[in-house]
Amino acid sequence: MRVTTTVNGTERTADDVWPGESLLHLLRERLGLPGAKNACEQGECGSCTVYLDGEPVCACLVAAGQAIGRKVTTVEGLAAGQALHPVQEAFVEAGAVQCGFCTPGLVVAAHDLLARVPEPSDPEIREALAGNLCRCTGYEKILDAVRLAARRQAAR
Amino acid sequence: MTTTQAAARTTGRIGDNAQRPDGTLKVTGEFAYASDLWHDDMVWGVTLRSPHPHARIRRIDVTEALTVPGVSAVLTADDVPGENAFGLEHADQPVLAGEFVRYEGEPVALVAADHPETARRAAGRIRVDYEVLPALTDARRALDDDAPQVHPGGNLVRHLRLRRGDPAPTAPVVVSLDFEVGMQDQAFLGPESGLAVPAEDGGVDLYVATQWLHVDQRQVCLALGMPPEKVRLTLAGVGGAFGGREDLSVHVHACLLALRTGRPVKMSYGREESFYGHVHRHPATMTYEFGAERDGTLVYARAHVLLDGGAYASSTAAVVGNAGLLGLGPYRFPSVAVDAFGVFTHNPPCGAMRGFGCVQAAFAHEALMDELAAAVGVDPVEIRRRNGVQEGDRTITGQVIDSAAPVAELLQRVADLPLPPPLPGHPDLRDLPGAVGNTTHGEGVRRGVGYSVTYKNVGFSEGFDDYSTARVRLQVTGGEAVATVHTAAAEVGQGLVTVQQQIARTELGVERVVVVPADTAVGSAGSTSASRQTYVTGGAVKAACEAVRTAVLQRAAVALGRPVAGLALDGDKVLGAGGEVLAGLADVLGDDAVEETVEWRHRPTHAVDPETGQGDAHVQFAFSAHRAVVDVDVELGLVKVVALDTAQDVGKAINPDAVVGQIHGGSAQGMGLALMEEVVVTDGHVRNPSFTDYLLPTILDVPPMQVQVLEYADPHAPYGVRGVGEPPTISSGPAVAAAVRAACGKPLRRVPIRPEHVTGTQPTAIPPRSDRP
Repeated sequence: MRVTTTVNGTERTADDVWPGESLLHLLRERLGLPGAKNACEQGECGSCTVYLDGEPVCACLVAAGQAIGRKVTTVEGLAAGQALHPVQEAFVEAGAVQCGFCTPGLVVAAHDLLARVPEPSDPEIREALAGNLCRCTGYEKILDAVRLAARRQAAR
Repeated sequence: MTTTQAAARTTGRIGDNAQRPDGTLKVTGEFAYASDLWHDDMVWGVTLRSPHPHARIRRIDVTEALTVPGVSAVLTADDVPGENAFGLEHADQPVLAGEFVRYEGEPVALVAADHPETARRAAGRIRVDYEVLPALTDARRALDDDAPQVHPGGNLVRHLRLRRGDPAPTAPVVVSLDFEVGMQDQAFLGPESGLAVPAEDGGVDLYVATQWLHVDQRQVCLALGMPPEKVRLTLAGVGGAFGGREDLSVHVHACLLALRTGRPVKMSYGREESFYGHVHRHPATMTYEFGAERDGTLVYARAHVLLDGGAYASSTAAVVGNAGLLGLGPYRFPSVAVDAFGVFTHNPPCGAMRGFGCVQAAFAHEALMDELAAAVGVDPVEIRRRNGVQEGDRTITGQVIDSAAPVAELLQRVADLPLPPPLPGHPDLRDLPGAVGNTTHGEGVRRGVGYSVTYKNVGFSEGFDDYSTARVRLQVTGGEAVATVHTAAAEVGQGLVTVQQQIARTELGVERVVVVPADTAVGSAGSTSASRQTYVTGGAVKAACEAVRTAVLQRAAVALGRPVAGLALDGDKVLGAGGEVLAGLADVLGDDAVEETVEWRHRPTHAVDPETGQGDAHVQFAFSAHRAVVDVDVELGLVKVVALDTAQDVGKAINPDAVVGQIHGGSAQGMGLALMEEVVVTDGHVRNPSFTDYLLPTILDVPPMQVQVLEYADPHAPYGVRGVGEPPTISSGPAVAAAVRAACGKPLRRVPIRPEHVTGTQPTAIPPRSDRP
């Protein structure tokens, strides 16, 4: 199967895609974009979160073929050139990154939250990120990072 | 091929909140974890595993698998060229099962193919003829005469016997309990993965996520029948570890397939396979008895601890050591009798997980301290303060604690932290047990508060030669002094790369420090475990920097015609005694680099007496206390942790933010074991190998955490550091369990605590031992 999809603004094509492959496999193994992570591949951990036509999804639960003709944005597509997105910046500065395997998914999920709710309350942050598991941080510094990113964005 | 190196320049010395050098790569998705590796022309390896906990393999037929288009190799035990054995302490585990399989999930065969799905399908066409045998799945039966034998030498892995003081003590107040701890999974998010690349010299280069490259290398060499110079390991990006990467996973398998196919081989487990692919925390069955004076002063302890080691030894012997030697908590006991056992069963192998034997014991000794408090009528903080060890006291092995032991202060600190406000009359659903499940509006919800204080040994104990190696180079590049630090120490997320930079900046006065990838081209750094790397590899980096500094200053002394005493190095300048600049580093070194390699050891530890368990077994102890506040819906058994506050002595915080991050994460893992995390094993079969059924704390489950960091320097350790990573995982769970008991009034002698235990619809008592063989 041939899959043509727009990833991070660029049209990409992959040939000989097995119909059972996920969007996650397509991105990681065929398009050279391993940023979305393969932690559970059953939609429980959120580490593969990407945008599909602007909606955050678990790329492991989307068949590669479902992305045909649609727009995918991954964590690799959030920074503007060398300049980190404020959410990325805040994750580094707040110490929200340890092993970092959950980070790409959390960055996309937090990016989506702040686009919808520029100044979220703590319960709103917790609810929005409840689908993203982190095993290292106990989430405290992830909350700090989202609060910091919200303040930064509000100040711009 | 691997990018785990910094793109961004960072700064910061000892005591600063330096940022991670890999942070930018990790937030942009560019950091190369082991499962991200890719190589031209690579094929995928998969593992066929046993569906039975115990069986004899009569025959394996791979013919059909080999006919699947795209398959390049199918391997079984017969294809292991060296010894078909590996293991951390004892090489008792086959690389691929030979005559027997001894646990569900044991590797039996390997397939390499051009697509992972092709490899999986081919693995499904391997015909294995099993003769299913009776399985020993109840650890309490392991030492019975008629128990099935897991290995020829019997089912005992280790019995640790500890005796001290009066052999027949009595006391006016006696409390006792039985306690059971379930099997916890490390649940690191980055699955076991690696890439093996066959080399022109007939050897292999392995890029893998691990905790200790050199102990892996030793085992891979044994199985491949190759010398170490032909088996080179490089650390790939590690997505968490927590003990679960101490044992081998894909290592030998990927190398075998690479050497057979002549092509690079990538292996990466899915989540279900990961549950079978690494060891877990030992389930424990414990019986404890404390005797005390009427004022609560402890007189004696008796304890019996049984750890289910599963099918292979892994690190069970060392875990038994910890569960016994540290298994009564940080208290003064004049008389002690402890017996700790680790046994073989046909359950999944158990080994290292953060807290390593201390976690299980802590649930029992802390529950019993609360019993004692109630029996003598003092509060839980006071009973612990009264009995807590202090610097200069002896532990139950007779070892003098020769640095800070602030048990009483840690307790006071957490007790003094502000408590969360009580639930309002009409609470937000999200603040209640059950949350937006809308299971309660506050009726039936009771609040409870619990305390715990625990301790942990830092570094490897009982006489182990525990060292690390660091190579540090200093040169002037582009007019700037650059230090390069090379160790084999595994960065697993904890921030050791940052710490190494901070130490080099501090010792050499340079700003630019490059930490090169960890590999086996430099000597062993020891394991990233036992909360030891900042201490031991940090010590090695410090010592190597000092050696470099000495060498540079000696050259400067010659060049300047001045005595070396009084000279100092500050980055790219050589200073005199008054701080005046005498020369530039470039003037002294020119284009030369100064490089020194140092092997650094902490003070030796000693084996304990086999009859009494007495001896100076440990190099350092780390103490922590927790206070948990919970709201429990006593009608439904649902628990909401409201606060989880802690105080910990870290000796010296090299990176205070990273220290707090470790404490947050460790606390959450302990809480997980108290309330939700269990690998459920029945009759030797894992029932919940997925993140759907193995519950991990989410951001909705983990409460705000107040953290008090104490810095009582250990005079024997570099910079005074004390291990940080494990203590919070030990003390948090018992505090949560105590808080739930306080809220619901039930004894709750098992963790994880389930709703049916809280409501009493299922008994909390330990079930009678199974009669199933």
